[in-house]
Amino acid sequence: MSPLALFAVLILLSGAGYYFGKRRAFALDGGPAATVKLHSRPTYHGALVALWCGIPAFFVFAAWLACETQIITHLVVSGLPEALRGLPADRINLVVNDIRNIVAGNVVAATVDPAMQAAADHYRSLKATSHAALAVISLCVGIAALLLVRSRIVPALRARNQVESILTLVLIACSTIAIFTTIGIVLSVLYESILFFRVVPVTEFLFGLNWSPQMAIRADQVGASGAFGAVPVFVGTALISAIAMFVAVPIGLMSAIYLSEYAGKRLRAVAKPLIEVLAGIPTVVYGFFAALTVAPHIRGFGQWLGLDVASESALAAGLVMGVMIIPFVSSLSDDFINAVPQSLRDGAYSLGATQSETIRQVIIPAALPGIIGGVLLAVSRAIGETMIVVMAAGLSANLTANPLQAVTTVTVQIVTLLVGDQEFDSPKTLAAFALGLVLFVITLCLNIIALYVVRKYREQYE
Amino acid sequence: MGGRLRNGSAMNSQGPQIRTIDIVKQGLARRYRAERRFRFYGFAAIVLSITALALLFISIIGNGYTAFWQTRILLDITFDAAELQRDTLASADYEALVRAALQEKFPEVQSRQERRLLNSMISTAAAFELRNMALGAPDIIGKTVPVWVFADDDIDMIVKGQFSRDVAEENRRVSDRQLAWLDRLTADGRVDTKFNLTFFRSGDSREPEQAGIWGAVMGSFYTLVITLLLSFPVGVAAAVYLEEFARKNRWTDLIEVNINNLAAVPSIVFGLLGLAVFLNFFGLPRSAPLVGGLVLTLMTLPTIIIASRSALKSVPPSIREAALGVGASKMQMVVHHVLPLALPGMLTGTIIGMARALGESAPLLMIGMVAFIVDIPKGIFDPATVLPVQIYLWADSPERAFVERTSAAIIVLLAFLLVMNATAVILRKKFERRW
Repeated sequence: MSPLALFAVLILLSGAGYYFGKRRAFALDGGPAATVKLHSRPTYHGALVALWCGIPAFFVFAAWLACETQIITHLVVSGLPEALRGLPADRINLVVNDIRNIVAGNVVAATVDPAMQAAADHYRSLKATSHAALAVISLCVGIAALLLVRSRIVPALRARNQVESILTLVLIACSTIAIFTTIGIVLSVLYESILFFRVVPVTEFLFGLNWSPQMAIRADQVGASGAFGAVPVFVGTALISAIAMFVAVPIGLMSAIYLSEYAGKRLRAVAKPLIEVLAGIPTVVYGFFAALTVAPHIRGFGQWLGLDVASESALAAGLVMGVMIIPFVSSLSDDFINAVPQSLRDGAYSLGATQSETIRQVIIPAALPGIIGGVLLAVSRAIGETMIVVMAAGLSANLTANPLQAVTTVTVQIVTLLVGDQEFDSPKTLAAFALGLVLFVITLCLNIIALYVVRKYREQYE
Repeated sequence: MGGRLRNGSAMNSQGPQIRTIDIVKQGLARRYRAERRFRFYGFAAIVLSITALALLFISIIGNGYTAFWQTRILLDITFDAAELQRDTLASADYEALVRAALQEKFPEVQSRQERRLLNSMISTAAAFELRNMALGAPDIIGKTVPVWVFADDDIDMIVKGQFSRDVAEENRRVSDRQLAWLDRLTADGRVDTKFNLTFFRSGDSREPEQAGIWGAVMGSFYTLVITLLLSFPVGVAAAVYLEEFARKNRWTDLIEVNINNLAAVPSIVFGLLGLAVFLNFFGLPRSAPLVGGLVLTLMTLPTIIIASRSALKSVPPSIREAALGVGASKMQMVVHHVLPLALPGMLTGTIIGMARALGESAPLLMIGMVAFIVDIPKGIFDPATVLPVQIYLWADSPERAFVERTSAAIIVLLAFLLVMNATAVILRKKFERRW
């Protein structure tokens, strides 16, 4: 039975549990004249049986599938002929991949090595056995639980309380997923990064000035050793983010000020949603726009001025990224400007200040902590933005602060290192995780500071 | 400003001829100028952002709308009985039929090189089309039938005016001779453009005239179904626990900080998580919508939790007290009374989260959903790609016709997003309650 079908069967079984539990409870109920009454309404008995029947079976199901691939792979590898088993770990991985491809039926080669074919058959039979065993075990667990709980239904059973405590546990489990996600991110990124730092020293990665992560295919190749000094990548990221903030902060802030302080109702009703549309456009669209429309125009304009502009200049990517971030800055600033109490405005006006003087000297200083928090969040977004820079920024790591040249960013490097065929455990792929770690840590710090500032600010006027 | 006023009053006490109001008036023109300037900056900022939006849309739509039409050429195809034997109908050389029809139309073309030029005006898709015709109705064999076949993408670009005819021949992808033939075909009424159904019906292809978005749309559909099925229940459950049940302590604080922080983590980091955990640790299949859905679930959960919590917060406490007052348990109070009232707000947040997931591509690049996949995925385990990633892939293709198709795919994607966001707005308008 395929796992998907089994899953459907388990859900049906759980539904049957509900039906049987409810019927049993109805059968026990003696009607209005009876001296012994049911503690809970029959639906709760049904729900109790369904939960007890479904949850353990589902756990068996999930745990089995999670471990299945690893165990089967291990068994298949240990069953390989001596010659194949003696290979180094990375070659073994390739062999396992080949076997999986044969199992899946994507065979490119005309003839398949008999040893591989045998291994694939072994794999297939193990998988079939495993699925059959899973079906038997999980169904047994489900049915056993169903019968057990059904037999324990008596009028005094506190079914509602039990159902509610199970549901509370489920709710708690759901709320902890955020924590597990964070732990998962940290562990996965950290683990691979530690492997990377065993090959490349941390200091070289953080302070080296040369980035060319090409590893040799042959051992004696020219330029065989990749260079993993990430400073040019960091500088490129900082350059593009700076250009983006240079565009987004003034425009976003000024439009927020105009919309909240000057604009009439009609203009506000039109302009505010229009600016927010900018936030809803997928980043891949911005990337296409930057690469296809903005970059050639900037290049043409530069040539007209007599400047030499790279076709993948940092300026194009940064400008478009800035446009993407405008609504982010403007909606956050709008919130904070609106949170400034009216009494502060009235005070300034009564002293004879003009509207712009009030805004510049009273409202902005009062809203400043919030605005800074918003800008920090925007910076973290610019640093982590991927598609625009992948499509419009360069690949080669130039150490330059010239916005007219092509630079590369952390996210671009992660994508180019990990997309396509990859062998794990090579420093090239591990470098991507090290970059990911840096990205995660930097954005984490920015977010925590920003959220702290914003929270403090919100408390100030509440 | 304050300093100036104090100064003024000090002077006032010395000489009666200089009054405060005069000093205020002295500076007034300058201050009003500053006021107007400031106002202008604000207005300019709005104009700039709306201009950027307009430029974006104009450039995308201007590049893309022509992709919804496709140039076709009418050929008199002779289904030659000698060429097509019954038993080899599926594998016969249908391109030969196209070549023969072109030869008949232009008998003066003799040299090999010229014939190759002539044949390259017709898409390779024509052969498949003829094959389907022959297989579908075998009695066609032996007859001569006029058939509309797709033109090659370069010819398509010339007809639509995307390639200029004024460019020197060596810089043009279509030669002068091909232009002359095309003009003769046009004069005979054998060239027209028709609504491009292929674009909506087929999967990816290396040939622009055969490439379509249906495979990517189905991939996006499966991915989003997984995301919705997982993230909505889990997100609502987490929000209910945090808002209605949890006591305020260190533990719930930690959860809150985590959720807020995850909402701001770059999406590509979720891709790294998916690659390391789902693919390498659990051994789930690469490029599968299942894995894409799992990654996007983790990414959209914070959005949904935050929206659901604010929906729960907006339900007034009197409802809860009334339910508890008539003897409902806490769980009954939440499930029977609070949740139904908060549901529209939660749905709105979920739709917005789904719209974001639909436009997301960076984490999916990490888990291998960037492969070149021709087949339409049939389930959550099939290799697939999604609409934004398809756009990314096409944007990398050098052919001019792919620029058009990329833009058209973007128009489709934006249309989907528009529908989703509009639904969210309508939902909010319809069910919004002020207590």
